[in-house]
Amino acid sequence: MKLHLSRRYRFSASHRLHSAQLGEAENRRVYGKCNNPYGHGHNYVVEVAFSGPVDQATGMIANLADLDAFVEREVIEPFDHKYLNEEIAEFRENVPTTENICIEIFNRLRRFSPARLERVRVEETGLNSFEYAG
Amino acid sequence: MIYLTRKIEFSASHLYHNPAFSAEENRRVFGKCNNPHGHGHNYVLEVTVAGEPDPSTGMVLDLKELKEILQREVTDRMDHRFLNYEVPELAGQIPTCENIAAVIWRLLEPKITRGRLNRVRLYETPDLFVDCYGEGNGAHTNAGGAR
Repeated sequence: MKLHLSRRYRFSASHRLHSAQLGEAENRRVYGKCNNPYGHGHNYVVEVAFSGPVDQATGMIANLADLDAFVEREVIEPFDHKYLNEEIAEFRENVPTTENICIEIFNRLRRFSPARLERVRVEETGLNSFEYAG
Repeated sequence: MIYLTRKIEFSASHLYHNPAFSAEENRRVFGKCNNPHGHGHNYVLEVTVAGEPDPSTGMVLDLKELKEILQREVTDRMDHRFLNYEVPELAGQIPTCENIAAVIWRLLEPKITRGRLNRVRLYETPDLFVDCYGEGNGAHTNAGGAR
């Protein structure tokens, strides 16, 4: 039997979709409203899944207090109420689409040592979400 | 392959306490969940069964049959119960979401005779849930449960 423990977190942030590799007209064509130079924001939901043996002494794959503190430090604190393009170093080069946000969060959370990160799902709005499993 | 998902809810109380730990260690490891009086949740259970539809009925299994299995195996056992003391299958275990989901998997698996139990997803709160898969089941299903 395999068990995955999943937890949902939230952050709100702004971004602008604009690629340095594309011209102005091309950026407007590809990204539409999301290319607005002033940026815009979303309430993001991050759903993370971890696997691992259930510790018989605690009944847990990972202690939630430890997991929450790790996610808070690695993702929520740096991302919440920020302009992702400027304030997250990785997005100075990469366009902060939800695809890339998903990958960046995965790379940060895979360092959580008590359990194995299985996947990260990011909801940009209630109507779209992206999932990355490494 | 069709993945069919049925959802039920039950409400129950529990507490986390390991008698092998000191009182201080119990408080440190389990925090608020160690409150000796217990506390409760509205659990939401999503059960996914995988199979091919029967050509004569168009169904993987009769939803009524699944509903009755869930009522008998889960609701009757766990709804409005104190999980530590009233559910023998959890005796000697900390009734975490992980352990409850595993118990539910073991209760349901032998009862699902049409199709095959694919996934048990147990929400303790909307922001905390556990997925249980049998050996050999892909961890990434296309199970169409509400997410």
